Amino acid sequence: MSDRVAITGDIELPDEHVDEATEDRVASLWGDAWRALIRKPIFVISALLILIMMVMAVFPGLFTSKDPRSCPLSEALQTPSAEHWFGTDVQGCDYYARTIYGARVSITIGLIVTTFALTIALVGGSISGYYGGIVDTLIARVTDMWFAIPTILGGIVILALFQNRGVAQVSLVLIVLGWPTMLRLVRSSVISVKETEYVDSARALGATDFRIITRHILPNSLAPVIVYATITVGVVIAAEAALSFLNVGLQLPAISWGLMISTAQNRILTSPHLLFFPGAVLSITVFSFILMGDALRDALDPKLR
Amino acid sequence: MTQVPLQTRDLVAGKPAVPGAPLLSVENIHVEFRLDFGTVKAVNGLTYHVNERETVAILGESGSGKSVSAQAVMGIIDSPPGFVTDGSVKFRGVELLTMAEKERRQVRGERIAMIFQDALTALNPVFTVGWQIGEMFREHHGSTKKEGLDAAVELMDRVKIPLARDRVNSYPHEFSGGMRQRVMIAMALALDPDVLIADEPTTALDVTVQAQIMQLLSDLQEETGMGLILITHDLGVVAEVADRVVVMYAGDSVEKGEISDVYHNPAHPYTMGLMDSMPRHDVQKDRLNPIKGSPPDLMAIPAGCAFNPRCPYAQDICRVEKPHLHELGEAGRVSACHFVEEVRDARNRSGSRL
Amino acid sequence: MGRYLTRRVLQFIPVFLGATLLIFIMVWIIPGDPIRALAGDRAMPESVRAALTEEYNLDKPAWQQYWLYISGVFQGDFGTDFRGRPVSELMGQRIPITARLAILAFGFEVIIGIAAGIVAGVRKGNYLDNLVLTSTLVVIAIPIFVLGFLAQLLLGVQFPIFPVAGIREGWFSYLLPALVLGSVSLAYIARLTRAALVENLRADYVRTATSKGLSRLRVVGVHTLRNSMIPVVTFLAIDLGALMGGAIITETIFNIPGIGRAVFEGVQRQEGTVVVGIVTFLVFIYLIANLVVDVLYAVLDPRIRYE
Repeated sequence: MSDRVAITGDIELPDEHVDEATEDRVASLWGDAWRALIRKPIFVISALLILIMMVMAVFPGLFTSKDPRSCPLSEALQTPSAEHWFGTDVQGCDYYARTIYGARVSITIGLIVTTFALTIALVGGSISGYYGGIVDTLIARVTDMWFAIPTILGGIVILALFQNRGVAQVSLVLIVLGWPTMLRLVRSSVISVKETEYVDSARALGATDFRIITRHILPNSLAPVIVYATITVGVVIAAEAALSFLNVGLQLPAISWGLMISTAQNRILTSPHLLFFPGAVLSITVFSFILMGDALRDALDPKLR
Repeated sequence: MTQVPLQTRDLVAGKPAVPGAPLLSVENIHVEFRLDFGTVKAVNGLTYHVNERETVAILGESGSGKSVSAQAVMGIIDSPPGFVTDGSVKFRGVELLTMAEKERRQVRGERIAMIFQDALTALNPVFTVGWQIGEMFREHHGSTKKEGLDAAVELMDRVKIPLARDRVNSYPHEFSGGMRQRVMIAMALALDPDVLIADEPTTALDVTVQAQIMQLLSDLQEETGMGLILITHDLGVVAEVADRVVVMYAGDSVEKGEISDVYHNPAHPYTMGLMDSMPRHDVQKDRLNPIKGSPPDLMAIPAGCAFNPRCPYAQDICRVEKPHLHELGEAGRVSACHFVEEVRDARNRSGSRL
Repeated sequence: MGRYLTRRVLQFIPVFLGATLLIFIMVWIIPGDPIRALAGDRAMPESVRAALTEEYNLDKPAWQQYWLYISGVFQGDFGTDFRGRPVSELMGQRIPITARLAILAFGFEVIIGIAAGIVAGVRKGNYLDNLVLTSTLVVIAIPIFVLGFLAQLLLGVQFPIFPVAGIREGWFSYLLPALVLGSVSLAYIARLTRAALVENLRADYVRTATSKGLSRLRVVGVHTLRNSMIPVVTFLAIDLGALMGGAIITETIFNIPGIGRAVFEGVQRQEGTVVVGIVTFLVFIYLIANLVVDVLYAVLDPRIRYE
């Protein structure tokens, strides 16, 4: 701060006050939201479930001592038992271990895609919303074009062309197709905050555009974006599973819930457990993120409170 | 305009009107809203009446229960959470509160109509104004679409909307604020109601337009002989058009009387406060005196006189016993203050005004 | 209205060209050797390769490739499969089947979704409202292919009410797949309708309508519902893309020989040209539908016509 004063001769004190006011307002919004959240069972439950899934993704060994890739064919297609909690698959792999290990790719892809799409959206959306004019028009039109390609359809076309599809390829395609919705959201949120008086006052006091965007606008427009991003994690996980199910996502020997369901589909009459367990865990994971987003929305939207 | 024959005026939703009864009388009405975090007592015992050709102003701050009491008369309170817990609303002597909803609907809009503060939000944005006015005839009289539209044009002419025939198929957002309020009035007057309740009809408008709308309302009243209930916080509006005034505080009336009496010789510390906080062109004042403190929390109305925490004259009894309305010398003049005489004397002695 | 429509159509053209250009770039430019990529790891005789190079103008500059491709799309030419059969011929056989499925699914989601939303919205907070809110959340969270198998197992196998798969029983065999296909959107529509209704029921104009002496049915059904449909219609447009992706999955699960199943088979058989052709067609339909919804939107909300 102090060197900036020396260079620009800005009036230090009032600017700082405006910043503090913004920080107080943002802090109280999140503080109120937090107090409202921890009293909501829906939030607590979804947060717990997400935590479990995260731990499962990072330390699958905590949940099972079995190796998901040790598959004695002699034990193929067993139904759930004390030895194999979720039974075994067509190659004799322990299905419980595979289900546990499957969390890793789902969570990884969900987080990677959301983080990158969010970054693109925050940068593009702030610039578009804050500056308006020709920059805005340009970004908006490009967004429209991408937005016109539905995720699953676009995903099929692009991924069908890849010979080798791993986490990186699937993530890349979902990022490429996923950012437009989020950018639109950031843009409209930024525009609504831009018009407020505290931004005007910061501008009147000579704050730089970068400072106004990062210190005043983004913190205040983040709430709806956070809600949407949380839900997006769940949506991305479901999209990965759907693509893998359609044979354009991850490939064996990767362990993924979508792949497990895809492999199971020919045996749903004889071995329904092959469908049930990955399906249930996948649904619970997606459900947790959507539920969490819902709880966040209720807590962060002052209008509803 | 189809004039309703006189004899049907003597029937209220099929029930015979009581001869000699006031046009509309509200007695000891109580309304509360039961919310998650407590019960809001919005109206607490309000009593007033209005006669034909008469304008009664209900005056109060926001949150004083004036709008809620009007909605109770119309029977349009959202329930739950709102409930009318006690009291009586009689139209030509016929009780409305105990009526079946179906009968009540025959009174609502047809005999008692209401206009609202902000005509932009009070009119439906997705239907043309002609359609919305005509709906009154289609729904209440079974008119055809064409008849409804013709009647709408006639009404729009009557409320002095220029080029009514051309504008009947326009949407509310295509009108100016003043014109929209005229549309609202046209719609309310469609079925020639006996009583019109105007809830802050000019608050959202520019000052010049305000005067036009008030003039229109008083002209229309002259024409039709309807009773007009004017809900407002604007003392200026009250002074110009009202015959009588009911001053409300915390959901009940604190003072009632002829307009000139109340205006020139207020008989309640709250009314005095209102007068002193208003800029007036007829009196030279060095500065305005706002009422100290804030309006009461309707979830925890103070014991005794609701105004006591803000009252410069409050004594011990004011904090314990709710003062009843007692009659003063003038016609129809009542005040709910334990110390009317003392307060008036003190005020006159200090010569703080007039 | 006319100006609004003109503007919409004018906006639509660059978006359509841009979106198809993006697909074109991803399929024909980025892979370097697109024919290799489209054929997967199958062996490719030189004659086929030559025919495909000719067919897709791969020997011409990129901008000409795109131009020929896009003008082909407008003439109903969506390329050929590896045996030289036009993709449009395949689509001709498959589209009527998918159309039946989609119409049913669309009907389910609009009728049941809006009805559930109204039931929940008019009595906010009662047990029906809570039931709708909870059940829709569950439906939204379960991925469509899990839901599909679940429905197949439960209503096709355990309690054999519906055929397990195939379309031999005519319209009846489409019912369950359509319900599955429409289920997620149905849930979204129910929640959207409810939210809009709850908000609009608090609007001033609803109070006005009540004070006009209208019946509750008319107040909700005429004065509130039309306004509440505006966000729902907007959603329908965006959602159509998800519906198409869902159709691919649903047709795969229920073994319905529609256009979605053709995409899946194309992926399985590594017939890249079929996949690209059909998806281009679906994006085209999606964009046209969006244009139609824009018009519907303007009909519902007079305020935007004069923007």
